Amino acid sequence: MNSVARASIEKIFREEYGRAVAVLTRKCGNIDDAQEAVQDAFAEALQRWAANGLPPSPRGWIVTTAIHRAIDRHRREATREQRYSFAAADTHDSIELDEESAVRDDQLRLMFTCCHPSLGTSAQVALTLRLIGGLETAEIAHAFLVPEATIAQRVVRAKAKIRDAGVPYRVPQPADLGERLNAVLAVIYLIYSEGYKASAGEQLTRASVSTEAMRLGRTLLELLPNEAEVLGLLALMLLNESRRETRVNAVGELVLLADQDRNRWNHTLIAEGLLLIEECRRRNRWGPYQLQAAIAAEHMRAADAAATDWSAIKAYYDQLMALAPTPIVAMNRAVAIAEVDGPTEALGVLDQHPLPSFYLFHAIRADFLQRCGRAQDAVAAYDEAICLADNAVERDFLKRKRARLL
Amino acid sequence: MKQYLLSIYQPSDSPPPPPEMLDPIMRRIHELQTDMKDAGVLMFTGGLHPPSTATVVRATPAEMLITDGPFIEGKEHLGGFLIIQVADLDQALAWAKKLAAIVLTLSIEVRPFQNVGA
Repeated sequence: MNSVARASIEKIFREEYGRAVAVLTRKCGNIDDAQEAVQDAFAEALQRWAANGLPPSPRGWIVTTAIHRAIDRHRREATREQRYSFAAADTHDSIELDEESAVRDDQLRLMFTCCHPSLGTSAQVALTLRLIGGLETAEIAHAFLVPEATIAQRVVRAKAKIRDAGVPYRVPQPADLGERLNAVLAVIYLIYSEGYKASAGEQLTRASVSTEAMRLGRTLLELLPNEAEVLGLLALMLLNESRRETRVNAVGELVLLADQDRNRWNHTLIAEGLLLIEECRRRNRWGPYQLQAAIAAEHMRAADAAATDWSAIKAYYDQLMALAPTPIVAMNRAVAIAEVDGPTEALGVLDQHPLPSFYLFHAIRADFLQRCGRAQDAVAAYDEAICLADNAVERDFLKRKRARLL
Repeated sequence: MKQYLLSIYQPSDSPPPPPEMLDPIMRRIHELQTDMKDAGVLMFTGGLHPPSTATVVRATPAEMLITDGPFIEGKEHLGGFLIIQVADLDQALAWAKKLAAIVLTLSIEVRPFQNVGA
């Protein structure tokens, strides 16, 4: 038999972690015991797989072994109060692998638990990455640029709240599903965006969080194939991702979509994203993520910036404004209006929904002002934007735009 | 089953609404309590007099201190509370939502009790 390197074992466990913890949480009745059992299985795999090679089904092996280890622990601790609910699992031989549908429900349950509205957003994010994504706290800390102890504490506190406050391990009732699903989608997109906004110097280290978010999106789509917004979110992430390499040039400067080298976009991701959008169109149950993805798709479809169908984009923004009228949507809609109806019209629309503390609002305003021939006002707006920009790449970009006006 | 404390917080600086507004609210709270009783959920409930009626007792090794309350002067204070017994947080939140919809804009804090037998 071939021995297996530690790195390969770690990789397999990373991929199977969320699924295994989800099943074990149901078996054990709590998350901590589930994690411990999966960790035990990992320790055993390090010995067995390294010596004997991979089992026929690593996925099945991990869950079965973790259940065995959980039962062992339960037996050792049986004198203590009843903590487990292994009703039928009396002997090792009686364990049968669950139906795939039961495992899917487990995974969904864990996702909804991690994103329960009683948890704060930062706790939802940390818990989702740790439990579903199988990331170590150090990796999460690295991706979010916070100390590892902070993430560790968030995870511990969130798990304690789930346990003590009685957050149920359950897929929400149909009446609540929409709202609760939105929370899950928001967490996944937040994770994606965290990796996407990384500036040049940190690109490599933080891009992996975006990859993780797309994996979560794919898992969620497998679990909830009928939810159109899940399709939309995955499409949105794939289409954004396809441009990652071209957003910053060789010297680390920000490149606007119109100026990006379209040949260097990732056309495999674009093709997949466009296919998902076609499916959204077929289902015709548009929601905010699908509309944002459809807007991205319009950009990706155009052979060059001049060929962009801004009327279609404006129409999607109109729909988006009707569904999710946030100031950010209003701001982006103004950009489309500038292309369709001109900068004067757009400036009026933009100023109806001011975002005075957001650099992009002032940057867009500066651009409109410049196109209206109001250079002096544009310089002032760029100054505001430069003050508010939150990373060096953005600041440098704005300074170059401003310099061209003087 | 778990027990939860539902605390109703109300602003300290604004006077209570006039009777023509307050009465229907109190009637609906009473109806909700009846629903809770019918569902076997309600353990205890009570409204509190304003914080100005509170007295604080505190012992130090040297003496027993009794002072005019409240313990904490805040922009908001505990106006009343309910103790309910339900299966999990989602059920507790479902009742809290019904209460919040009645007392509109007041915050309801939902907190689990420790060590309630299964």
